[in-house]
Amino acid sequence: MSLVVNLVLLVFLLVMALAVLKTRHLFAMAMLFGLYSLLVAGLFVVLDAPDVAFTEAAVGTGISTVLMLVTLASIKDGHELVSTQKSRAAPLIICILMGGLLIYGTHDIAELGDGKSAPHMQVAARYIEKGQEETGVPNLVTAVLASYRGFDTLGEVTVVLTAGIGVLMLLGSRKKIRIKEVSNGK
Amino acid sequence: MANDLILRVVTKWLSPIIILFALYVQFHGDYSPGGGFQAGVIFSSAILLYALTYGLDAALQLIPEYMLRIGASLGVLIYGGVGVASMILGGNFLNYSVLASTSIAGQHLGIIIIELGVGITVASVMVLLFFTFARRVAPE
Repeated sequence: MSLVVNLVLLVFLLVMALAVLKTRHLFAMAMLFGLYSLLVAGLFVVLDAPDVAFTEAAVGTGISTVLMLVTLASIKDGHELVSTQKSRAAPLIICILMGGLLIYGTHDIAELGDGKSAPHMQVAARYIEKGQEETGVPNLVTAVLASYRGFDTLGEVTVVLTAGIGVLMLLGSRKKIRIKEVSNGK
Repeated sequence: MANDLILRVVTKWLSPIIILFALYVQFHGDYSPGGGFQAGVIFSSAILLYALTYGLDAALQLIPEYMLRIGASLGVLIYGGVGVASMILGGNFLNYSVLASTSIAGQHLGIIIIELGVGITVASVMVLLFFTFARRVAPE
């Protein structure tokens, strides 16, 4: 059963990737990327990672798609991808090389569900054995993220705040009016 | 888009449910999948849906921007505050065990409070990002 679900999700993932390549319209591309994220979220559920699936579905499919659409809407033209007549050999070679390297790299990743692999032997084993006892939180992911790795999560929240401040500093001020004046004056 | 009756009605019914679900994910994150980050993103998606259907001005009436700026900083402050509180009570930074009488109760309390901080910051920043981008869209 899991194989069928995986197969369907992966085939659709491939279809989405090819469709993104084929389409020239950037709005359609943004929507296709949203669908791609939704399929990846489905894959995370199959891999028993509902916490990550939640995030992927909400951020990848929801927020980032909307942000991309809003960004496209705020640009007056350039909604179509312009194809240049330059040779595409070099990018293709780089892509194939990079893909080959990534596939080569997957051979060093531990087998899925292999309890004897290095990351599962040391610290993860302790979390699983003692986590519930020490924190009293049944959801181990929350226990690790919020308690054992609390300092990491503090850093992550600070990164989110910093990103927000950065966008506000770049786009948030009243400078928008000045930009408009310039573009009108042209 | 704002004149589409079906969208308006569906949004009106859907956004409170999404917000309720966000609160569930927020406060039930100890027992089921989810937590502050996911809850914040789900909450902000409800506001985004509202803004997309009813327009930016209606959404700004719902949540003014200064509140979002305060919220974004408040979340990090809550998180850091829990760390400082645990230091004052004699533990290490972000060691929640000292927050309550027993270690487990302290851990539970600390995790709920910091998840709340994460949720507030993430929700505020996501909505703030959307508002900032959306304000640049020229009116039709």
